[in-house]
Amino acid sequence: MSDEYDNNKSYQAQSSEVLDGSAGSINPDMDYVRPAEIPEQDLYHAHSFIEKWIFCQDAKVIGVQYFLTAVFTGIVGLILSWLMRLQLGFPELAGFMTAEHYYQFVTMHGMIMVVYFLTALFLGGFGNYLIPLMVGARDMVFPYVNMLSFWMFFVAVAVLMASFFVPGGPTGAGWTLYPPQTILEGTPGSGMGILLMLISLSLFVIGFTMGGLNYMITILQARTRGMTLMRMPLTVWGIFTATVLAMLAFPALLVSAIMMTLDKVLQTSFFMPTILKAGEVLEYGGGSPILFQHLFWFFGHPEVYIVALPAFGIVSDLISVHARKNIFGYRMMVWAIVGIGGLSFFVWAHHMYVSGMNPWFGFFFATTTLIIAVPTAMKVYNWILTLWRGNIRINTVMLWCLGFIVTFVNGGITGIFLGNVSVDVPLSDTYFVIAHFHMVMGIAPLMVIMGAVYHWFPLVAGKMLHEGLGKWHFWITFLGAYSIYFPMHYLGFIGVPRRYFEMYDSPYMTSAVGMNEFISIAAFIVGAAQFILVFNIIKTLKTGKKAEQNPWKANSLEWYTSTVPPEHGNFGERLPVVHRWPYDFSVPGAKDDFIPQTTAPSEVANTEVEKT
Amino acid sequence: MSEQKIDGFELKPGFKGMASDTGSDQTMFKGVHWGKAMMWIFLLSDTFVFSCFLISYMKGRGSTIVDWPNTSEVFSLHVGGVPVPLLLIAIMTFVLITSSGTMALAVKYGYEKNRKMCGWLILATAVGGLTFVGMQVFEWSKLIHEGVRPWGNPFGAAQFGSFFFMITGFHGFHVSIGVIFLFIYTYKVFAGHYDSKKRGWFTKMKGDYVEIEILGLYWHFVDLVWVFIFAFFYLW
Repeated sequence: MSDEYDNNKSYQAQSSEVLDGSAGSINPDMDYVRPAEIPEQDLYHAHSFIEKWIFCQDAKVIGVQYFLTAVFTGIVGLILSWLMRLQLGFPELAGFMTAEHYYQFVTMHGMIMVVYFLTALFLGGFGNYLIPLMVGARDMVFPYVNMLSFWMFFVAVAVLMASFFVPGGPTGAGWTLYPPQTILEGTPGSGMGILLMLISLSLFVIGFTMGGLNYMITILQARTRGMTLMRMPLTVWGIFTATVLAMLAFPALLVSAIMMTLDKVLQTSFFMPTILKAGEVLEYGGGSPILFQHLFWFFGHPEVYIVALPAFGIVSDLISVHARKNIFGYRMMVWAIVGIGGLSFFVWAHHMYVSGMNPWFGFFFATTTLIIAVPTAMKVYNWILTLWRGNIRINTVMLWCLGFIVTFVNGGITGIFLGNVSVDVPLSDTYFVIAHFHMVMGIAPLMVIMGAVYHWFPLVAGKMLHEGLGKWHFWITFLGAYSIYFPMHYLGFIGVPRRYFEMYDSPYMTSAVGMNEFISIAAFIVGAAQFILVFNIIKTLKTGKKAEQNPWKANSLEWYTSTVPPEHGNFGERLPVVHRWPYDFSVPGAKDDFIPQTTAPSEVANTEVEKT
Repeated sequence: MSEQKIDGFELKPGFKGMASDTGSDQTMFKGVHWGKAMMWIFLLSDTFVFSCFLISYMKGRGSTIVDWPNTSEVFSLHVGGVPVPLLLIAIMTFVLITSSGTMALAVKYGYEKNRKMCGWLILATAVGGLTFVGMQVFEWSKLIHEGVRPWGNPFGAAQFGSFFFMITGFHGFHVSIGVIFLFIYTYKVFAGHYDSKKRGWFTKMKGDYVEIEILGLYWHFVDLVWVFIFAFFYLW
């Protein structure tokens, strides 16, 4: 704030950041923003219904398409989890279910939720809708490729769903698809099921690569005037870093899928050791199952952060807007996101402690895993410090954010348990692990998704979702999710193994039965509660209150479009020019409690606004 | 590099310049076409794909229970009854690297708006690529004729055939895609689509000679990957 603007200085060599005005004095040059260096984007406008709503090149429609497809797969995943809980809690009611069915449900639930639901929803859904709007672009930079990306994803989902209907059913090898058993006879779905799964994953990776290139280049090369990287909303930072991770991690998944497909179809032995089956030596031999685990987790661990980082980014924005306070430590938040992203490539083998490895190797991966807790904890502190003495509005969005922080801390702490080799080994493959990762990368990001839906629905549909229904939705989900996963920590400590169809007469039976019934009932209720949102959306679309422009009084560019909902091209005649970060809330001396990113410094010269 | 200006933005050399570009608004890579930036990032991702393949190959080769075949024998050609190791591969590599040279020249002539020269050079690149794929087909059929299969071979470890067919196949697929695009671009250059800024068939975007450079980036990458495959399969 104190640095004086030198009138004789030439503009050229500076980033626009240096050129902002100093507080208190109006200077004719203080509103200067460098002229446009990229030409106006050449947009192809749709001419027919099909071009406008089906094979659409508008990132906003593609975002909604991604969202709806991902939600559809998510509902399938939810139903599978109900079936699993029915078997675990009330096996006498689940007579139709065999052990094979159960394994198939476990596998498909895991894969659907992680890849086809969360990843597609955050990057494909929110990424497509929000990136161009938030950085002030007219669309993604390659709209045609973006359209192909969605349809590739759609085909991937269709192939995945088709595996439910082929002879033998979908694969039942667990979502990690560990060879050799994944493709050996005896594992459910070891025929067509696994083949369709591998094809579907490969299609997903190809489709995602097309989308990911769009997200990255739009953020790097198509920002509007005045939008520096350090003025971007944290949502964009989170999605950007997650996309970088995905571009570098999905190759490992693609390669392992190709190699396993060849093992399955052409009888190669990349991952297949010499196998004795019923006294007979199989054709396979000489391959390395551990190699698959390394490839899979080199993808699999960054995947956790592909889901988590967009959630971190979005929740930061939601908290800041609804607490009417700037995000605490913006730069620290950015560097924490980037740091977590970088570290996530060096921790993968902590998923493999029980596979057997050199103790020094385990030591290394335990260390890197625990180091990740540092930037993560920084983020949690910053969220809390953002809330501290803020003008908090306890609305539905804020409830979901608070729910996220609590759940995330909970899941994060159990992660510290599991990151240590000696603690992990006894807890490995128990319900403790289930509780941990559902808390940290299931429920926590889901809370953010729900908050984001309530937050951005007025922008997407132009109508306000019903608050009362939203609060019911939140409280049932929040309390219900804790009822499901909190007892699971205990089940894990007493040693109940995961992925078991039934416990038979094991000693776990006595103390686990009641708890399993309780968890199952909670799971049914929480799952059903999600349909409150579906009902809310349908009701709102039909009879909901029309939203004013910028109902939350937010600063970021997506709320300052020419129309609500934004049309193709987003910003009408002229692109917005950005003068500040999106977190100028409750600035002392300002007329309103928010200063939009497009407000020029001279308009707020007498306030105590900080230079960003 | 000397200082350059793009739309009044002074590009400083070195680390300081990079920091100033990164801290600025609008674009991070000043004056870089969107498509070019996209291709670089795609290639980074593709590098990871090939790295995963080659690292898996190293791991697989290092842990087989049967000895790896003697590659200088398996890959030798018999010329007048004398086995000459690496002969075919040397020719293949030479053709592919040469096609990289013609590609680079095509980019140069494209930017100079020399439509004819650009077109002929792209065509030469495409023919080079096609020759490479043809020779790879010959090599594959020779090995298959000698009994090498993805699931086993008479010379040693079964993984030899598995990795060889998979990795050279994946690379050959890249080359083939490149060849298809090279032929399409040959047509587009000769037809003058880049001079008239004709809109693309599918994307409906205006054509520009920068597309040739973008395809060139891909082509050089495919060649570079081949150098690694060559080193790992034929020289190890």
